[in-house]
Amino acid sequence: MKIIILGAGQVGSSVAESLVSEANDITVVDSNVERLNALQERLDLRVVSGNAASPSILEMAGAPDADLLIAVTQSDQTNLCACRVAKTLFNIPTRIARLRAADYEAYPQLLDDDNFAVDHSICPEQIVTDYIRKLIEFPEALQVLEFADGMVTMIAVRAFEGGMLVGKPLKTIPLRLPDIDARVAAIFRRDQPIAPTGDTLIESGDEVFILAATTHIRKAMTELRRMDKPIRRVIIAGGGNIGFRLARAIESSVNVKLIERDRQRAEYLASALTRALVLHGDSTDEDLLDSESIEETDMFLSLTNDDEDNIMSSSLAKQMGARRTLALINRKSYVDLVQGGRIDIAISPAQTSIGQLLARVRRGDVAAVHSLRRGAAEALEVVAHGDAKHCKVIGRKIEEIDLPDGATIATIVRNTGQSRTEYKDLVPYEVPIFEVIMAHHDTVIRANDHVIVFCTSKKLVGKVEKLFQVGWGFF
Amino acid sequence: MDALLPVANVLGRLLSIFSLAYLMPIVAAIIYDDGTAADFVAAMAISLGGGLTLYAVTRSSYRELKPRDGFLLVSTVWALMAAIATIPLLLVYDSMSFTDAFFETMSGLTTTGSTIMTDLDHAPPAINLWRHELNWLGGMGIIVLAVAVLPLLGVGGMQLYKAETPGPMKDSKLTARIADTAKALWLVYFLITVACILLLNQAGLSWLDSICHAFAAMGLGGFSTRDASVGAFDNPVVEFILIVFMVIAAMNFATHFMAMRGRNLRVYWQDVEARGVVGLIVSSCFGVALYVWLEGTYEDYPTALRHVSFNLVSMATDCGFASQDFDKWPIFAPLWMLFLSCITASSGSTGGGIKMIRTLILAKQANRELTRLVHPAVVNPVKVGGSAIPSSVVIAVLGFIFLYFMSIVMLIFLMILSGLDFMTALGAIVASINNAGPGLNKVGPATNYAVLTDFQTWVCSFTMLLGRLEVLSLAVVFTPQFWRK
Repeated sequence: MKIIILGAGQVGSSVAESLVSEANDITVVDSNVERLNALQERLDLRVVSGNAASPSILEMAGAPDADLLIAVTQSDQTNLCACRVAKTLFNIPTRIARLRAADYEAYPQLLDDDNFAVDHSICPEQIVTDYIRKLIEFPEALQVLEFADGMVTMIAVRAFEGGMLVGKPLKTIPLRLPDIDARVAAIFRRDQPIAPTGDTLIESGDEVFILAATTHIRKAMTELRRMDKPIRRVIIAGGGNIGFRLARAIESSVNVKLIERDRQRAEYLASALTRALVLHGDSTDEDLLDSESIEETDMFLSLTNDDEDNIMSSSLAKQMGARRTLALINRKSYVDLVQGGRIDIAISPAQTSIGQLLARVRRGDVAAVHSLRRGAAEALEVVAHGDAKHCKVIGRKIEEIDLPDGATIATIVRNTGQSRTEYKDLVPYEVPIFEVIMAHHDTVIRANDHVIVFCTSKKLVGKVEKLFQVGWGFF
Repeated sequence: MDALLPVANVLGRLLSIFSLAYLMPIVAAIIYDDGTAADFVAAMAISLGGGLTLYAVTRSSYRELKPRDGFLLVSTVWALMAAIATIPLLLVYDSMSFTDAFFETMSGLTTTGSTIMTDLDHAPPAINLWRHELNWLGGMGIIVLAVAVLPLLGVGGMQLYKAETPGPMKDSKLTARIADTAKALWLVYFLITVACILLLNQAGLSWLDSICHAFAAMGLGGFSTRDASVGAFDNPVVEFILIVFMVIAAMNFATHFMAMRGRNLRVYWQDVEARGVVGLIVSSCFGVALYVWLEGTYEDYPTALRHVSFNLVSMATDCGFASQDFDKWPIFAPLWMLFLSCITASSGSTGGGIKMIRTLILAKQANRELTRLVHPAVVNPVKVGGSAIPSSVVIAVLGFIFLYFMSIVMLIFLMILSGLDFMTALGAIVASINNAGPGLNKVGPATNYAVLTDFQTWVCSFTMLLGRLEVLSLAVVFTPQFWRK
């Protein structure tokens, strides 16, 4: 596939990196030559420098025969304009734009083909915000991911001594949790994946990926570790885009203190937020943390765009008694260095946010892709299309499917064909009822099932996608 | 004199135009044939002649008004209008002194509603209508009316408008041009008043009583055509209608305008002041009614609620109607009502006091200081209704409050010094500066201000104007730097 990526910032380079490894033809456009050179040295792709929204630059980047345009520059205007140009002049079939301003969401007609011609829009800051928000909801989790419109949730937790299932084989789960259906999708022990079988024992310190219907997930988690007290008090360091969005999202339910270094920005934040307490100061300032009673803080989140600051301030916060710390870290090498030490959760914003975008690029009908363990593993939600004759999965039992080693089918979400009536503004409309089925070796996959597949290594993703692709004869 | 002449010129024009206001009582005098028509025609002639003379004499020194002229013009216009309005009273009642007549008209124009006249029930209809018309004109403000109907105020219009309109933030205009804003406000005011007249008439009041009480309710003036005020009708429906319209008048008319223009009631919910007014009034009504009932003033709770609601709303909104002698209630109740009169009415309403918006700003500012003690690094601007208030406004409000309360304290001292007892002095000054009406003790709802000496009457008249122009606009005229070049 020929892909043009506009913008070589954090999002642009992460997208480029993910796609390059899947053997695509990639051109990156940016106005900053240094950034482009750095990217070109690292990855096998082409770069063009210049204004990403200008027709001549796009033409130079190969727009006339491109299949996909990913506009992820910092500027909404450039991204919108580039999509329109790509549609009008070059007729690029799929156009994805990054839009930060929430205004555009309110007027979806602006993005249709007659206007800005954006097929899919993503807002990385919002995705990261939602992601962190779920971690506040499940303070024990290392990662919280949703599938099938939120019906199924996967949670990564570290198993601890004292959890009911720790030290017991997996096949005892149904006995202990008779009324809920949960599934352990994978276990990482000392960073190495273990294929879970019925006899696998969970050890203390294992990173366990557990999957269940969203309504049951909390119950399932209690079996793995003692539940922590819910998060009531948080301190957010850094009132940038993500810090502000997060504070606004949680201030009504959680006691939020937001530390911002820039006076003017702090004043803006204080007027835009209603309940959060905005503090002007340095998040690595011991006295400030001390006077804001850091030792009583349930979660300390450092969300500035400076990796070093984030690492230092959350380490300091942990040492001073914060119960749990979370840091945004862009550099991959840092993430592995610090997570699990003083910093409980390290989040790579780029890795977190590009999953949605990557889902659009994948072959087959991939509804969601979540990058796990910072890109080492992936969870895919694939829709099975076609019929038993042309598709290698439909109509077969799971044990008969030729899955590559390290890939597991964890759950199936099936449209039951029935529907219930709901009302929106007093107008009734039908909502199809889905059921969540935990995969067993004899479960048969049907057409249009959403299948959630867990891949312990990223290399397996391509094979899984191919497996779900409909044979040519079907069309 | 350079400063005075151009102001006198505009003053002359305003006086001539406002002589038209006598038309309404003249018509009433003819309809009811109460024998006062000639007096009102004479008053109109004096007012028109005086205005035209003043205008003609000072015509050569006419110039565009400067911002500082606005304060002088507003202060003199109010004083002079009240003085001119006494003419029909003096002509009809031979025995009335100018002091008393001036108190009565100033009380009318500033929408205070405390009266010095007795035997209102048998007063000529034209006189009663004139008193109530003063209530109505003074409610929305005579300068605002002038800006609305007269192009003559020119660029200085905004300045004048600011000098007269209550509230700490006067820069928000409803429309691009100030004249259109003033027109919109008067139109809304007029329409709601008409609705009130029709409803009162339906509830059983005569047309004259309906018009008079609607004028008094919408202007939050509180004059009545009866000595016993609204209590004379003993009609719960009338009381209920008046409660509703008093609360409406205590909200910002800009909000009413937006509600009418957008045909949308949600603007009331978005208006923090309106929420504050309704919340404070409703909770106070139920609470004070419970207190008064438990103290044994009334037999049962519904009766207590009825009387407390009417009198409390009337005092809190700075209207000043009375249906019961609330001075006889346990002392907490009338004092609480007097306290509410200081803080309840909205900015941009026809009520008095420091206004709900200032109350909110001050409460938030106090809270801000408390937060700052616990969190020294905190950044917390004062926010009202979700938007930050510039600190210059907060400081201005603090300055205003100091002046306002110092004025109250000093004036009470002055009254006590002149021989009044403390309760009466407190009631008279607080009721006057808030333009509320009845006070306590000797000037309570069952008695009237006729007991005061001439000196005390003048102090009250001055206090009313001070309150109506929100202290600053009047006080600035008395400062040396105002007159310095």
